[in-house]
Amino acid sequence: MSNSSSPAPPPAWKLFLASPGGRALLALVLVLAAGAIFNADGAFFKFGTHRDTLRQASVYGILACGMTLVIISGGIDLAVGSVVALTAVCAARMAIHWNWPAWQVVPASLVVGTACGTIAGWITAGWRVQPFIATLAMMVFARGLAKYASGGMKVSTAVQNADGTYRYVHVPPLFNYIDRRILGENLSVVTVIFLICVALAWLALSRHCWGRYLYAIGGNEEAARLSGVPVVGAKVCAYAASGLFAAVAGLCQAAQEQQGDPEAGAGYELVAIAMVVIGGTSLMGGRGGIGLTLLGVLTIGYLDKILSINAVPEAGRLVLTGVIIVAAVMTQRRRRT
Amino acid sequence: MPESGSNSAPLVRMSGITKRFGPVSVLQDVQFECRASEVHVLAGENGAGKSTLIKILAGVHTEFEGRLEIAGREARPRNPLHASELGVAVIHQELSLIGGMSVADNIFLGRTPVRAGFVCHGRQLESARQWTAQLGLDIDVRQPVENFPAAIQQLIEIAKALSQNAKVIVMDEPTSALNAPEVARLFGLIQSLKARGCAIVYITHKMEEIERIADRITVLRDGRWIGSAPAVELPVPKLIQWMVGRELGEQFPRRVPHPGNERLRLENFSVFPSGFSNGAAVRDISLSARAGEVVGIGGLQGSGASELFLALFGAYGARTRGTAHLDGQPARFASPGKAIGSGIALLTNDRKATGLVLSLSVAANATLAGLPALSTFGWRNPARELAAARETTGPMNLRASSLAAEVGTLSGGNQQKVALAKSLQTRPTLLLLDEPTRGIDVGAKREIYQLVDQWTAQGIAILLITSEMPELLTLSDRVIVLHRGRITAEFTRAQATPEAVLAAAMGRVTEKS
Repeated sequence: MSNSSSPAPPPAWKLFLASPGGRALLALVLVLAAGAIFNADGAFFKFGTHRDTLRQASVYGILACGMTLVIISGGIDLAVGSVVALTAVCAARMAIHWNWPAWQVVPASLVVGTACGTIAGWITAGWRVQPFIATLAMMVFARGLAKYASGGMKVSTAVQNADGTYRYVHVPPLFNYIDRRILGENLSVVTVIFLICVALAWLALSRHCWGRYLYAIGGNEEAARLSGVPVVGAKVCAYAASGLFAAVAGLCQAAQEQQGDPEAGAGYELVAIAMVVIGGTSLMGGRGGIGLTLLGVLTIGYLDKILSINAVPEAGRLVLTGVIIVAAVMTQRRRRT
Repeated sequence: MPESGSNSAPLVRMSGITKRFGPVSVLQDVQFECRASEVHVLAGENGAGKSTLIKILAGVHTEFEGRLEIAGREARPRNPLHASELGVAVIHQELSLIGGMSVADNIFLGRTPVRAGFVCHGRQLESARQWTAQLGLDIDVRQPVENFPAAIQQLIEIAKALSQNAKVIVMDEPTSALNAPEVARLFGLIQSLKARGCAIVYITHKMEEIERIADRITVLRDGRWIGSAPAVELPVPKLIQWMVGRELGEQFPRRVPHPGNERLRLENFSVFPSGFSNGAAVRDISLSARAGEVVGIGGLQGSGASELFLALFGAYGARTRGTAHLDGQPARFASPGKAIGSGIALLTNDRKATGLVLSLSVAANATLAGLPALSTFGWRNPARELAAARETTGPMNLRASSLAAEVGTLSGGNQQKVALAKSLQTRPTLLLLDEPTRGIDVGAKREIYQLVDQWTAQGIAILLITSEMPELLTLSDRVIVLHRGRITAEFTRAQATPEAVLAAAMGRVTEKS
């Protein structure tokens, strides 16, 4: 018999770096370190840079919150980019053309997005169509609706009269409010909205039965069903929530652009998915969390900002972002034994 | 421990094998030898290190200390392909065939005969036919593997192993998915493999199998080598003593029946699962179960017993016919959630596929079925969940680092205890146990038998499915035997003999006394 003394447990920092949260944080720290080195003559150290990074990442981040719910349940939602466009167009129409007050525009827009999510969710959970296909269909459908609702043109403050001439109307107060900064110009309202979305998603995932059900469904759907989990309902709600978050993002998008662009949001779903995955939430479902997604949002947000303040042209930015996504996901890979 | 005389050089010799996963050493200084024309049973409780040892032999684990010789030469399999080149083939517990691909493609997967880079279909088909014919398999090798029942798939795996010219064939619980005639067929095949000079390493938890086929037995316990001996020198009581390290007074504890009021009554109950080939999985059966009673349901594969459980549990929704009453109330449930609400709990027969969410913690799994009751308006109360999980897992003697540990990291027996804890957490009055001791070690089995005793003492009615005859006869107060969805016999505890139950399970109808 060999006399082996049991080795000491690995130090705490090693355990931390082996955890998904630790790795996601490491990725963010590396990106921030890169920013500190390539600081574009000190631009990276200015507070405004960070405020703008957060503002620019917010719309994607809101989408990533809903995407996290769906991905944890073992699904995927490709429709969110189109839903952003649809709700942006609807909100712009209601607020600019029809002069609806904010208390009508906001709920109506949220209903539109939630309805899209619910339908896609029902198709995938109720009719057992693969989530990729169901939400791909909704992505095309919602884009079509956005073009239909806008007549194919941007819904802006230049309103066409009956005789074909244009008149300019004021930007609705709702849009101005969302596009504002608060706390002495130090924090964008969209960032606040994003953080509220993070908090809501955290409450759902960590403090509500529904969140636990999503983890269970993503981990083992049949076991969840045989444990009495309302699988169809929980999944439909996940897609509905994703639609709801997409509607929030659509409102923010419309407010920031001061118009409803039917072409907006194209490809946003992929950015949101990348943010979730970089955070370390598993595309297989059942593992992950909103905290990880927050780290993923910051990582991609800062990466984009650092590349842009260093005047890296868009072509290079996209290529580098792709490489870094792969690198980040490689470090996230769970070691199999 | 004694090592008795050798007649031939061993095909496999492993000595001083130590394997660590991080700080945990799962094998320590283990030795193992297997000779040609020998069935060598590797025995031990779950977590004893059997699978790890096999994975080293099969090239899955490449980092280990110690010496491994195959056919007299030192070898270190770098990967499973390398191991098969060295003559080692492993037939896994979970079959490793690809369902949608043809038999021939599966047999030659990774070694497809090619000419100039293109597959030679003719040659592949011909040799596939040869290999299957050698095993007495008369099947169309162009058919997808998934069209064949589990037993045939097992034989296809063996054909694959033979075609790789394997001299050492490792079988890891090969009978777990087989019924009795299929097992007999497999054992016949093992005899012919022995005659060819193959060495067979056989892992099983079934005592009957060890008694039937073992030539030599090696026992591991807690990652250590306990001993090797010819099977004739190791009768069951001694073997169990080696495995658990303590003398068991008797193999199973006796239980005292506590029958109370009638809890479940089924009349002319039929089940029609969707996509079921024969239409009904269970047809026109009537049975009852009383509080505190264990009603054993015997039967071979395809008896419909598991489908009956799923139907009672609401998993088939409205696809049932007939009447079911629970405590006098109609009990046909549209969903498992409703069945749970009415006091039924189900332990499924496959903890990994349908029982547990392996990526969640012990506590999360244990409370999954009862989560609404532990929450306030849907808002969870983690402290209350933890207390509830502690309460239900407490009597189970669960060996886990903590309730926050992922269930996937536990051993099979401990996973089964978590699955049981989940069922018990909803405080059922009717407990459906489908293979409660499948693939778990003797010690954990005993503990589960004791728990069954405790539950019946609390007045829970239990329906039990088990493929292990001693378990069925020991635990059941009454035995009902199903054959192809119909009841063929009903026995009291005193009447039930293994022969009578097996005869009924194979379709002989016995008049009710």
